[in-house]
Amino acid sequence: MEHIVIIGNGISGVTAARHIRKLSDKKISIISAETEHFFSRTALMYIYMGHMKYEHTKPYEDSFWKKNRIELKFAYVTAIDTTTKTLQLDNNEALNYDKLIISTGSKSNKFGWKGQDLKGVIGLYSKQDLDQLEAIAPNKEVCKRAVVVGGGLIGIELAEMLHTRHIPVTFLVREDNFWDGILPIGEAQMINRHIISHGIDLRLKSNLKEITADENGHADGIVIEETGEKISCNLVGLTAGVSPNIDMIKRSAVETDRGILVNRYLETNIEDVYAIGDCAQQREPIGNRKPIEAVWYTGRMMGETVAQTICGNRMPYNPGHWFNSAKFFDIEYQTYGWVFPTPKEGHAHFHWKHDDDLKCITIEYYLESNLFLGINIFGIRMRHEVFDRWLTEKRTTDYVIKHLKEANFEPEFYKTFEMEILRAYSEQFKMV
Amino acid sequence: MSTKINASMSLAKPDSQAISKTQKIAVALGVVGLFIMALALFNVEFPNKTLFLSLSLGLITIGTIVFSNDAYLNKQAGIKNDGVWFKSITSMGLWGWVLGIVLTLFYIVLYFKAEWFGLAADGGANGGLVALFDPLSRLLNGGPASQWFVYGTLYTVAILIFGYKFMLKYRHNRYEQLRTISVMFFQLAFAFLIPEFMARLNSETFSLPYYDLKNIWPLNYYNFDKYRVDSMIEAGDIGLAFLIFGIVSIFVISPILTYKYGKRWYCSWVCGCGGLAETAGDPFRHLSDKTQFAWKVERWVVHSVVVFVTLMTTAVIYSYLGHDSSKYWLTKDIFLLGVAGLLTLVFALVMIFKRKELAKDAKYGAIGYFVIIMVLIGMHYFSGTKDVFLVNTNFLKSSYGFLIGAIFSGVIGVGFYPIFGNRVWCRFGCPMAAVLGFQQRLFSRFRITTNGGQCISCGNCSTYCEMGIDVRAYAQKGENIVRSSCVGCGICSAVCPRGVLKLENDSMKGRINSNDILLGNDVDLMDLVNQK
Repeated sequence: MEHIVIIGNGISGVTAARHIRKLSDKKISIISAETEHFFSRTALMYIYMGHMKYEHTKPYEDSFWKKNRIELKFAYVTAIDTTTKTLQLDNNEALNYDKLIISTGSKSNKFGWKGQDLKGVIGLYSKQDLDQLEAIAPNKEVCKRAVVVGGGLIGIELAEMLHTRHIPVTFLVREDNFWDGILPIGEAQMINRHIISHGIDLRLKSNLKEITADENGHADGIVIEETGEKISCNLVGLTAGVSPNIDMIKRSAVETDRGILVNRYLETNIEDVYAIGDCAQQREPIGNRKPIEAVWYTGRMMGETVAQTICGNRMPYNPGHWFNSAKFFDIEYQTYGWVFPTPKEGHAHFHWKHDDDLKCITIEYYLESNLFLGINIFGIRMRHEVFDRWLTEKRTTDYVIKHLKEANFEPEFYKTFEMEILRAYSEQFKMV
Repeated sequence: MSTKINASMSLAKPDSQAISKTQKIAVALGVVGLFIMALALFNVEFPNKTLFLSLSLGLITIGTIVFSNDAYLNKQAGIKNDGVWFKSITSMGLWGWVLGIVLTLFYIVLYFKAEWFGLAADGGANGGLVALFDPLSRLLNGGPASQWFVYGTLYTVAILIFGYKFMLKYRHNRYEQLRTISVMFFQLAFAFLIPEFMARLNSETFSLPYYDLKNIWPLNYYNFDKYRVDSMIEAGDIGLAFLIFGIVSIFVISPILTYKYGKRWYCSWVCGCGGLAETAGDPFRHLSDKTQFAWKVERWVVHSVVVFVTLMTTAVIYSYLGHDSSKYWLTKDIFLLGVAGLLTLVFALVMIFKRKELAKDAKYGAIGYFVIIMVLIGMHYFSGTKDVFLVNTNFLKSSYGFLIGAIFSGVIGVGFYPIFGNRVWCRFGCPMAAVLGFQQRLFSRFRITTNGGQCISCGNCSTYCEMGIDVRAYAQKGENIVRSSCVGCGICSAVCPRGVLKLENDSMKGRINSNDILLGNDVDLMDLVNQK
């Protein structure tokens, strides 16, 4: 019986395993040194905030794996020998595979800051990171201040987490506004204000210069590059993005760049070795998508695709229209299609913001044809399926705005804003 | 997913659970209010009962309001579940157990030893806690209080004050606000005030039984007891109207509303049990068991209760009907035939039209139970004994009242809020919820829609589902949630950080969509995998 070995039990690896099981009777093993069972990484923050226990973050009951004949190995792979098709594990065990799927995920970025490896300096990606955070910052007495470095999705989550335990947070953002490499300025500034309204000490245009240490080698403060200001703290969260977790892979024959290089079939340069999820890097980027996509659902989709290929139906990874979502403190964010921080050439933006400063949308479209390209939505829930269809049907922005009601996904009895948005749009474009 | 409790990972407990000064004062006020009741319980004679009762209920109310205001109004509107699993009272810690035990003891005394609360022996005056409530009872219904009046008052106060707290907690969410106003209204008006006023209208010549109009059979399992039916018939047109309303609500009103809106119209908008669960019970909603095993137990137990209540009610009505059709058209035989006919009709319709939608075990359960009922009725026909179904009807009735009415709905249902969550009764025990759930599963426009491929499997929805539904299992497959147990409280949708869930009433077509692959993929792959 063919043995499929999967390194990494995150969403990509687990999805691949589940779909291979659905399609075949092959022997499946998943190896992970992070946790015994699959859990939802995106829910780590809720454990620290006390919304959930670790147990709740597991999407499948522990009995699921045995029932589906998916063998779980709690171990760390130290080496891959692709000529003998053997994996070396840290418990001195060796494991043979017929086909190998690498889904080792990401690790937090560190940019060579002085003091980045001190005690009290953490990223926020793995269960181990969370355990460390709990040890370093259990409450505001032990952790008198925390500094979060990096204005992205993980940074704002870490700030929110610490805030729930009343730990004062200084939030260093390199850019002019929060996440403005991705968000148009109106949105980024609205989120700036929302962050500040929650009592976070938001420092824009601030780079980390170094992390200072006390006599025990524990971080005790940071220095800001631009001003030279010193801020003392007990915790430094490095949240300046993630990159593929492939140190071990680099020592093997599998070709890597920033990530593991794969073709559209998610195949690496070595036969019978595949890479999926955060650690995979597309040789040719797909559409506007980045070659490395550290996103929950792309990992899932790659798992679904590679399962087809491994079970005899060779299939290219072919993601549909871009979408994503996040939550910034109390403001939910969804995006469908492409909205760039500044309109691309020949494109324009339509921006609407509600007076409460908690809701806004931005639409990017072709100036000439009025073709709808994408939408960012803050504080309003909209339907994925409808926007996906509109993007496929190549609708105009006029059409989208007029039919926005169809896309409404807000809970019942909620106030709706379609009329207000339509009015703002009509005024701006003198539409009749 | 197991909900096994782990000790907090930190050595020093996180301090977010600490309460503020204002909250401490609020707790103190409430405790003083409760203490007055405790004193009454120990037979302290208050000089002015009206004053002290007002003081007691007033302090409890003010305490809760002050506490809620301080807990929620100082923060921005949004999801307020910080530290839920760190607080002792909401995470099965010491305070949770203490509260659970106190509530359980309260229910045991209430149901089985009401004289300990000071309930008067025949003809005497009330003492203790019951006497403290005499002034309010006289004001409303003209007579002295009973243990049920005390219970009804406390129950109503709890729904009102914790309803207020819940509305502040979800002040950004209009669905939750309206729903809570609704349960507060139905409790205050229908369950509490109207029956009390009705009691005031009773006289020597005219008497109606205590009747909470929204309390429908089979939740109100005693509605068709002989004394009630007799008394309603004797009360003339009004009584008859009540009796007919009771029957119409079972066979006409509730099926129509459930078809249009799902069982939530009742369970989380109207029902008193649901009302308490959604307000006072809200802090414990995450304690429900989400395992597949619990789901299995739920299906067996709750449907057994339906069978039990159907048998029991049939037996009770049968026992007081006559044999002679010339005296009254509804005789024992006609009634039994009617019941058997109705069950057969429902069974046949479900099997003909909805066979495919039933999961295997539900089908086997239905067949099994149906056969049992038929066999029992048949046995009666051919044996001709006095008892129905071979058992004494009074024994059936009293066992149901004891096991289901008292132990299940009261002692376990509410007493165990801090241990098993706030919907134990509704999930495992309530026959009304099971009947409505059956309709909801097979014949309703209601569903929870998932939003394409946006789910990140975080598990907030499942954790906060009071009915123990593993919502995430559906959401992460992009599948609509159509479950008989869903009471439509809307909290899964509220706590979702990605806007994935929406409660909706839409057409029946395509309501149940089972997906293996979600939106966002290559269209060909989606078609390939989902076509089966």
